[in-house]
Amino acid sequence: MAESAAAPHVAPQTGGAEVTKRDFLKLVAASGAAVGAGSIVWPMVDSMNPAADVLALSSTTVDLAPVTAGQAITVMWRGKPVFVRHRTAEEIAKARADDKGRLPDPATDATRVKTGKDQWLIVVGVCTHLGCIPLGNRSTEVRGEYGGWFCPCHGSHYDTSGRIRLGPAPTNLPVPPYAFEGDTNIKIG
Amino acid sequence: MAGLHKSDIPNPVLNWIDSRLPIFTMLQKEYGVFPTPRNFNYLWNFGALNMVNLVIMIATGIFLAMNYTPHATMAFDSVERIMRDVNYGWLLRYVHANGASMFFIVVYIHILRSLYYGSYKNPRELLWILGVVIFLLMMATAFMGYVLPWGQMSFWGATVITNLFSAFPIVGESIVTWLWGGYSVDNATLNRFFSLHYLLPFVLVGVVFLHIAALHITGSNNPLGIDVKGPQDTLPFHPYYTMKDSVGICVYLLVFAVLVFFAPNFLGHADNYIPANPLVTPAHIVPEWYFLPFYAILRSVPDKLGGVLLMFGAIAVLAVLPWLDTSPVRSARFRPVYRILFWVLVVAGVVLGIAGGKPAEGVWVWISRVATAYYFLHFLVILPILGKFERPLPLPESISRAVLGAGGGGPIPGGAAAKPMEKA
Repeated sequence: MAESAAAPHVAPQTGGAEVTKRDFLKLVAASGAAVGAGSIVWPMVDSMNPAADVLALSSTTVDLAPVTAGQAITVMWRGKPVFVRHRTAEEIAKARADDKGRLPDPATDATRVKTGKDQWLIVVGVCTHLGCIPLGNRSTEVRGEYGGWFCPCHGSHYDTSGRIRLGPAPTNLPVPPYAFEGDTNIKIG
Repeated sequence: MAGLHKSDIPNPVLNWIDSRLPIFTMLQKEYGVFPTPRNFNYLWNFGALNMVNLVIMIATGIFLAMNYTPHATMAFDSVERIMRDVNYGWLLRYVHANGASMFFIVVYIHILRSLYYGSYKNPRELLWILGVVIFLLMMATAFMGYVLPWGQMSFWGATVITNLFSAFPIVGESIVTWLWGGYSVDNATLNRFFSLHYLLPFVLVGVVFLHIAALHITGSNNPLGIDVKGPQDTLPFHPYYTMKDSVGICVYLLVFAVLVFFAPNFLGHADNYIPANPLVTPAHIVPEWYFLPFYAILRSVPDKLGGVLLMFGAIAVLAVLPWLDTSPVRSARFRPVYRILFWVLVVAGVVLGIAGGKPAEGVWVWISRVATAYYFLHFLVILPILGKFERPLPLPESISRAVLGAGGGGPIPGGAAAKPMEKA
């Protein structure tokens, strides 16, 4: 009754819609429920992210000594193949010459290797299109038009610097974080 | 509202239940006397066939799960054990695997039926949208089910499809890592796919229930595409359509049995009998046949994000179809131009399916581009314009006139064949 008596004093600007204490209570209750629901949902969602044991497998060491020029090996890192390629002088020269060529994802060859270790190209061996493993790590496999790698799934060509040159892949094969531990040992991750 | 329901069921036990929970009254109303257009053809069997198929998939799936091990090192062997050692395991697995193919055959015919006879139009838009949701859920369920045997195609199919999400800018990579639960498709991925593959069919049951509930509000469309005008246009669902559906179910089970017993691996891919190997991609990755048209659309675009958006767009466009098709006439029988374009769309779909199974090179890229272009043109350009220019044929006065009158679907010359309306 008191409310209806008070009503004439409030100028109804939006068709008589009046902000009452009940509106405030509804808003607070709904916000509280939303925060509560969110705090329950987040642990479930986050449980689907990589677990601690998966994260623990995030580095690996590789001995480069047995890999001669022109050879390449595949090592596993985070469940993915990493291509370690011992490039020949011609392959390096070709990659350097293409620095100014048509590159969908421009990057110079020098930025993709460690200074003074130009012969070692280390890239994640997963096609940046839809995740297939490109061919070309064995010299008997198809290496595509640019002599690097060729992805058989949807026809992406990578050059001897692991850069995308032709096909649907949007970016170059990524260079994983790695460091030389001595002359012939690297630690990836 | 409160109080016991007044039940007409004579059996005292059933009556006692029905008074407290009127499920028998509801069944009688929705499936017994439910008024159904009298002119259905056999294409109207496919809803019931979908229902039967869903039940078969859930039933066989439950028993398969009792013998399956969702672990990266054991999944492949547990499936081989089901095939060799488990009693009737081969039958359960072949029924389940081919049941997925049958499900898509049936659902594709069901969808094309709706497209041909305009079943998606007012007032059945929501019914149609629920159907699109069912289709999406089916695709997600089928995809995750195909991953479970953990063969080469399972593994690389999962890799390619989950990588689709990496196309989205900024958040893409995090989404993919989250989907995988790691940095590649691995045991965590297999586990969650198994969990979701078991869950989604029951979500599907829920949406199917809504689909049917919406159907029973608007009533079924029919081959003439005109509204039911009175009792003379309908038949009770039982026994007329329970019988007609039963005939269809027998034929469906025959086809199903031929696949299961004579060609159980015909629609599968031999590479999936090679255990998953994360270091070797098969030379030619193809999804299951029912995804090929969408896969072809994905590959027809030379841009990663563009391809992904177009592929999802191919399904999204279906959801808004009721508003894209501007023609008020439902059935293609009375739409001389649409009737031809419908078949052009079907051909485009089949061509996409064939192109999706070929390596993405040479002429196939261009063939899929042309077919993709037609697919989108059909929905986004032709249908909105066609409704304004096409001159439909005259519609019959009513279903009963068309069916009981001078034969055929055409209109009846005024009064000439005027038989007295059949008693309701």
